[in-house]
Amino acid sequence: MSDIYDIAVLGAGPAGTNAALSAARTGKTVLLIDEQPAAGGQVWRAKSKSIFSAPETPESRAGDTLRTRLVAATTQGTIDHLGDTRLWQVEREGNLWALHLLSDGKVAKRTARALVLASGAREFVQPVPGWTTPGVLGLAGATALLKSEQTPPGMTTVVSGTGPLAFYVASEIRRLGGTVVAVVTPNRRRDWLRALPAMLCRPKLLLRGAWWMADLLLGRVPVLWGHTVTSVTGQHAVSAVEVQAVDHVWAPQGAAQYFRADSLCLGHGLIPAIEAAQLAGAKIYHEPALGGWVPVAKTDGSTDVTGLYLCGDGAGIRGADAAEIQGTLAGLKAASDLGVEGLAEEMRALTRAHAALSRFGQAMTALSIPRSGMVQWSTAQTITCRCENLTRATIEAEISAGATSTNALKSGLRAGMGPCGGKFCQTAIAQMIARKTAVALADIPPPTPRPPLRPVPVSAMAEGFDYHDLPIPKPAPL
Amino acid sequence: MKDQYDIAVIGGGIMGCGAALRMAQGGMRPVVLDLGDLGQGASGVNAGTLSLQIKRVKLIPYALRGHEMWEEMGDAVGFRKTGGFTVAFNSREAELLHERQTLKAAAGAPIEFVSVETLRKAEPNLSQKVQAASFCAEDGYANASLTGQYYRAKLRAAGIPYRERCAVTAITQGAQGFTLETVDGPVHATRVLLAAGGWLQPVAQMLGVDLPVQARVNTVSVTDRMPPIMSHVIGHATGLLTMKQKTNGTVLVGGGWQGRGTPQTGRGNVTAESLLPNLALAQFAVPALGDARVLRSWTGFEANVPDFYPLAGALPGVPDAFVLGCVRGGYTIGPYISQLMGDFILGREPEMPLFDPGRDFEKALT
Repeated sequence: MSDIYDIAVLGAGPAGTNAALSAARTGKTVLLIDEQPAAGGQVWRAKSKSIFSAPETPESRAGDTLRTRLVAATTQGTIDHLGDTRLWQVEREGNLWALHLLSDGKVAKRTARALVLASGAREFVQPVPGWTTPGVLGLAGATALLKSEQTPPGMTTVVSGTGPLAFYVASEIRRLGGTVVAVVTPNRRRDWLRALPAMLCRPKLLLRGAWWMADLLLGRVPVLWGHTVTSVTGQHAVSAVEVQAVDHVWAPQGAAQYFRADSLCLGHGLIPAIEAAQLAGAKIYHEPALGGWVPVAKTDGSTDVTGLYLCGDGAGIRGADAAEIQGTLAGLKAASDLGVEGLAEEMRALTRAHAALSRFGQAMTALSIPRSGMVQWSTAQTITCRCENLTRATIEAEISAGATSTNALKSGLRAGMGPCGGKFCQTAIAQMIARKTAVALADIPPPTPRPPLRPVPVSAMAEGFDYHDLPIPKPAPL
Repeated sequence: MKDQYDIAVIGGGIMGCGAALRMAQGGMRPVVLDLGDLGQGASGVNAGTLSLQIKRVKLIPYALRGHEMWEEMGDAVGFRKTGGFTVAFNSREAELLHERQTLKAAAGAPIEFVSVETLRKAEPNLSQKVQAASFCAEDGYANASLTGQYYRAKLRAAGIPYRERCAVTAITQGAQGFTLETVDGPVHATRVLLAAGGWLQPVAQMLGVDLPVQARVNTVSVTDRMPPIMSHVIGHATGLLTMKQKTNGTVLVGGGWQGRGTPQTGRGNVTAESLLPNLALAQFAVPALGDARVLRSWTGFEANVPDFYPLAGALPGVPDAFVLGCVRGGYTIGPYISQLMGDFILGREPEMPLFDPGRDFEKALT
C-alpha cells in the first residue's frame, strides 16, 4: 500500500475491527493496529496459539467470526493488520495523523488521513487491604487468563465485583474446572431488576445471564448480594478473603465472614481508555453512566477534531454489541468524510441499531457506577498507587496539605508517574480528593495526558541514531 | 467587604511564591494567583538541573547564591549536590567547551577541566567516545516536581493566601489600585507583580504592555527505575543533553529539545521528532541507558526574551506594576532573584542589580 493510509484504526476489538472492515469495504486503504497478536480485543480475545483446541463459547465464536472476516480482508490486501504493535504517540502533521508505533523492540511511524480510535477499556479495582497480594486478579484481567490460557486463576477462587462480569467469570472458572468458593457483589437483586427492562431488548444475552445464575445455583455456589470483599489475607499468596455486607452507598456494615481461597478475582467496572483520544486532541467530560471520563464524540464517532473518530468502549462503556455497530458506523463515517458517497442510508440504520444495543450496555455499566461508601473499603494503610507503593494515608495527607488536583498529587507524590502512568490509581485518587475537598468528581479531571501511551525502551527510540545527524543549534548565549 | 491586598502576584511558580514570601516577611500582604496549580509551570516541570556550567557568565553570581538557597531547602525539594560533568564527543565540541567554561570559571564558578581518565573513574558507564570534559563540584539537581508542594507549604506557614485554578482574565487600574478579574471573582490589590513565566506576554498585555516574551517549549523525559548507572549530573557541550539519575533510580533526560504549542492553548505537546534524538543522544552518552524504558515525556514553557536575560523590575509605563521572569536558568536563580525582587518592591536596595524590563532588548546589556 501507499505510504499514507486513508484510514488508520487503533484497536482490533469488536469496534476497531469492524471500523477497519467497513472502511475497507468502501475502497479506502486501511491500517489496523493492535497490541494483541490476534484480533478480538479483550471481550473476544483469542486463545493462546499454544492451545491446539478448546470447546467453543459464545465469545470464542464471535471472535473467530471477526478474525475470519479480518483475515479475508488482509488476504485481499484491503487491510494491513499490524498485531503485537503498540501506539505510543499520536501527532498532527499538517492534515495527516502521524502514528508512532512500537513493535518488536523498534519504533516506526505510519501516517493516515483519518484516525479511528477504538482503544477499549481498562478495569477499575477499588483498593482493599491486601489487594496487591499475589493471587488477586482483576475481574477483567481474569477473563484474559480464562480466554487466552483456558486456565482458572487458582484451585479455589472467590469472585467479587460489580455488574455482569462477576457472574461471567464465576461461570467460566467452573467450566474450566476451577472451584468458585463464593460470588460476592455489592449489587442487590433489585439493582438487576431495574436493569431488566433494558435487558429485555437483548433476550439472548439475558438468557446467558440466566444460564450463569442457574449454573451457580446448581453448583451450590453461595452468591452474596449486597456484599463486598473488605480484606485479603495472606503474606505471599491469598489464603482467605474477608467479606462484609454493604449499605445502599456500598459502605461496609455488620459482621465479617471469611472464605478460604487461594485466589480472588476483583473488579468494579470498566473505564474508557481515553489517553490516545486526549493526545489526539479530543475533549473529555465526566459521565458516570458511561464509565467516568469520556471523550466527546457523536454516535458516528466524529469529534470536534477534524479526521478523528472514536468508537467502542473507549468512547463510553456500552458493551461489545454496541461497539461492533459503532465501529462499523465510525469506519463508514471516516470514509464518507474522505469523499465516499452513498453511505448515508446504511449509516442511518446503524445509528438506530446502536441506540437499541447501547441501551443494554449502559444498563450493565450502570451497575458499576461507583458509590460513595466504596472509599471505606480501604484503610489508611492500604496501597492505593501500586507503582509507587503509596498508601491511602500518604495520599490523603498530601490532599490535606493542599494538593487538591490529580496533577498536584502526581507532582508531589509521583502517583501516576510509575509504569502504569496513572491508569490504575487515578479513579481512586479522584474519589479521595472529592471526599476530602467536597468537590464534584466532574471537577477533578485526570492528569495532563502525555506520551508515551505505553512505556518505550530507550534503545528503541535510539535505533538508527547517527551522531553526525544531530542538529547542532546555535550555542546558547554566553 | 471586599478584600484589598497590598500586592497581587500573578503566577505561583518559584518567582511568584518566592517574591510573595519575601514581601510578607517585609510586612506586606500579598495574594498569589495561578491559573493552574502552584508550581505546575516551568518551575515544576523542568529537569531540575542545578549546573553552573550551563549558566550565563553574567548570571554566575546570581546562580551561586541560588545554589546556596537550594542547598538550604535540602530534602524538601530533593536537593542533591552530586557534582556535574559536561562532556564533548569531538574536537569541535571540546573547543566550544573549553572556551565557554573558561569564561564561566573566570566569573566565579568553580569549574575545572578534567582528564578523560578522571571522568571514566567517576562515571564508568559514560561512553568511551568522550574526548573532553569539564567538572563543577557545586553542580547537582533538585526535584522540580516538588516545587508546588514546597511552596504551598511555605505559603501556608506564612499565612499567605493563594488561589489555584484561578486564571486572571482582565486587569484594570483605578484610584484604589488594581482590580483583577478572575474566574473566582474580582481581586483588589494596590500593586501587581507579574510572575507568569511563559504566560508573561498575554498577562502584561492585559495592562497594555507588550513585553517581548516568547515561550520556548522544552521537553523532559523520565525512565523507569534503573540500577545505578550514573552518579553525577551529566551535560553535553552543545547543551542538547542534561541527565541525572535520581535517588529512586529513575533517570531524567532533558536538553531543551523543542515541543509544540503555546501557553495560550494548553501545556504544550511533545513531538517524536524532538524526543527521539533527545533520547538517542542520552543513550549515546550512557549506553546502559538503552535498557531503561521511557515512562513519561512532557513539555514546559520557558519564557524567553531577545537578549536572554531576566526580567526583574518595574513594568514600563504602569505605576505600581512589576514584572519578574527569568530566561535561561530560572529554576536555579529563581529562589534568589525572587528575594531581590521582593526587596525592590518593599523599597529596599536589592543585594545585586535587577534587570530592567523596560530596557532596549536589541542592545546587549552593559
